[in-house]
Amino acid sequence: MTDTTLPYAAHGDPHHLGGLQDVALGHAGPASKRIVTAYGFWIFLLSDIVMFSCFFAAYAVLLRQTAGGPSGGQLFDLRSVAAETAFLLLSSFTCGLASIAADVRNARWYQLAMAVTGLLGLGFLALEAREFSDLVARGAGPTRSAFLSAFFTLVGCHGLHVSAGILWLLTMMAQVYAKGFRADICRRLLCFALFWHALDIIWVAIFSVVYLLGSGT
Amino acid sequence: MSEQQVHDFHERHDLAPGDEEEVRIGPRLIGYVIGLGLAILLTATSFFIAGTDLVWQPSIPVALVVLAIAQMGVHLVFFLHITTGPDNTNNVMALAFGLLIVFLVVGGSLWIMSNMNHNMAPMDQIMQMQR
Repeated sequence: MTDTTLPYAAHGDPHHLGGLQDVALGHAGPASKRIVTAYGFWIFLLSDIVMFSCFFAAYAVLLRQTAGGPSGGQLFDLRSVAAETAFLLLSSFTCGLASIAADVRNARWYQLAMAVTGLLGLGFLALEAREFSDLVARGAGPTRSAFLSAFFTLVGCHGLHVSAGILWLLTMMAQVYAKGFRADICRRLLCFALFWHALDIIWVAIFSVVYLLGSGT
Repeated sequence: MSEQQVHDFHERHDLAPGDEEEVRIGPRLIGYVIGLGLAILLTATSFFIAGTDLVWQPSIPVALVVLAIAQMGVHLVFFLHITTGPDNTNNVMALAFGLLIVFLVVGGSLWIMSNMNHNMAPMDQIMQMQR
């Protein structure tokens, strides 16, 4: 099939939509592996966000079911939450710097940015662990009320994701150290960056809905 | 980023989620710095609004939700590089579908449960009836 049989092709492609011309010419082939991998991981992340939305819905429904126990306003320490937010936001930023360093194949800056990202993530986890153990010590553990069960499930699930992210981060540092910036390693790096940024997006929802809205009750 | 990849991007008119159209380091760095600045601004506003007496109290939850959505938008654009460009159509469509499910789950749960709370007799009356 030639271009002349398709009237669309004659007008060029001012918005770079590609579609029809790719169909007509037929030699573009499937998308590159980098796009396919990252797109599949993007869909996984969206399904993860849907899972979190169920926990958010449970928390919102159970917010006032404290069974005579303490409510969010009496439990939450907003200064600790602000510190956790700062750690996670900065780690998202340094993760972005690591992606740039990986794209320009600068191993030293990459390892430095990834190390800072991991340390900030560990700081976040340490603060969260301290908060959880403090709550349990005050008799406000997950078994105290429906509200606290929902709280620990939601925030703990995010904490588990961050822990898994840190393990993945260490793996990526080791892989780049041992094997360099190979194409398959760079695809994993892209997925890791997506994962880490998505965790920060979920944390935005958590500190707004769980802590700031929850402490108002 | 190597010449080959740059070439690939312009050949295919499609971007992986998380990849940027911009390949120069300077503008990419500035993009992340702008994103960080906006996120800090929005976060600080959220924490300030939550504890202040300066604004009408019932407006605070709405303001917090709006600020949170705005900050998620900032993260999506500046950190995840999701844009409205034609090379990003597939990523945006997947995101839109995910958001639809999220709103159905959260909104639907809140709606149904508040209706049930409203229509159900108080717990002590139910206990009386069972006796």
